Amino acid sequence: MEQRHFDKELTQLKEKLLLMAGKTEVLINQAVQALKKKDAALAETIFELDKEVDALEIEIEDEAISLIARHQPTAGDLRFLIGVIKINNDLERIGDHGENIAQSAILLAGQPDIKPLIDIPRLAELATGMLKDSLDGFVNNDPVKAKEVCARDDRVDELKDQIFRELLSFIAEKPEVTSRAMELILISRNLERVADLSTNICEDTIYISAARVIKHHLEEGTIT
Amino acid sequence: MPNKIDIINLDLHYGKFQALKAVSMPVQEKQITALIGPSGCGKSTLLRCLNRMNDRIPGVRINGRVLLEGTDIYGPGGLDVTDLRKRVGMVFQRPNPFPLTVFDNVVYGMRVAGIHHRGRLKETAEKSLRAAWLWDQVKDQLDHSALELPLDQQQRLCMARLLAVQPEVILMDEPCSALDPIATLKIEELMLELKKNYTIVIVTHNMQQAARVSDFSGYMLLGEMVEFAETNRIFTNPSEKRTEDYITGRYG
Repeated sequence: MEQRHFDKELTQLKEKLLLMAGKTEVLINQAVQALKKKDAALAETIFELDKEVDALEIEIEDEAISLIARHQPTAGDLRFLIGVIKINNDLERIGDHGENIAQSAILLAGQPDIKPLIDIPRLAELATGMLKDSLDGFVNNDPVKAKEVCARDDRVDELKDQIFRELLSFIAEKPEVTSRAMELILISRNLERVADLSTNICEDTIYISAARVIKHHLEEGTIT
Repeated sequence: MPNKIDIINLDLHYGKFQALKAVSMPVQEKQITALIGPSGCGKSTLLRCLNRMNDRIPGVRINGRVLLEGTDIYGPGGLDVTDLRKRVGMVFQRPNPFPLTVFDNVVYGMRVAGIHHRGRLKETAEKSLRAAWLWDQVKDQLDHSALELPLDQQQRLCMARLLAVQPEVILMDEPCSALDPIATLKIEELMLELKKNYTIVIVTHNMQQAARVSDFSGYMLLGEMVEFAETNRIFTNPSEKRTEDYITGRYG
């Protein structure tokens, strides 16, 4: 039998999700760039991009629901569609975190740094790296890669905690930096959430391709 | 784009029994329109109205209009029934090939239309069989009896026979109910291919089939068109409670 018509519809949906993923990745990278370069104009462009991501989220969800209603998918097809709905949701949230980072970047753009930005760009690099690799894992249906990305989340959490501690000590020493330090704390928190959501994408990739549930540490280290 | 067919306020009585009650429904060109509903709801009766197959049933009275590209097929000075059926052909529930060879089945309609040129018949036969995804399976047995073919191939042969007379609209009355799931899937894929060139109206008991293949669906109950909408809408968010009860399996 040739390819089913349904397969074409699934492929089209996947392509749309990848388009959304690409936009989300650009969005996060631009938000981080805007922060590093104190570029408020660049940060402003994020909001338009996030609107595009939001519109795609609604489209993808509608299409996935319609495919489920019309085709009663089973097995791999069902896991794929449920996975698409979840990843779609994660990507939309990632877009929102990018928007939050852009808002903070705009607030910080007109003010002097309280310290040179070193750890936050490192955190951003880790988080965007996880996002990129989680999407690669999804595209290539690669549970091993997905599992590897999940393992990187601990490093992100540690770095975020370190940044929090450092900024809190700054606030304790110089209360006048509080509002700027708070923005940096919020940015770190947003980046850490990007990494968490990337982990979710990986967990969904593993569910789609291997029908295994690894979230909440239910199944440690079994995908090799 | 204007509708290919407009059914307007159609009533049909079998003697005293009213089988269709003021049914209205559009059929869009090069789309698949499905009629769903429980047995006896009137969906096959409605389908058969579209190429006047109910006319000769004793005691049948039909009121209302069925416009094919704007011409009322029941109206005075309307279409000749033979011409109508050439434009609006039907595939039935049970495959019904004639007890003739595969080839003679496919070109039957052309011969009736007075075409006997061997080359042209062969050319059309191949084209029609290819369009019905049957050519590869039967090309070496064109001179075998059509009745030797497996059921699903017989059904596709009936489609090829229809395609050979180049209809505009294909009516299908439960075309898969005699077929197994794999053969059914093949026919469904074929429908999706055919809709590029033809307008299709299908009656099916199999709601999932309507969901899978059709662009528009009409849900009928006791001779009424309860709801007609885009299939996507019918299966995700129908406006009528009665439709929802049926498609979720709560009815009956």
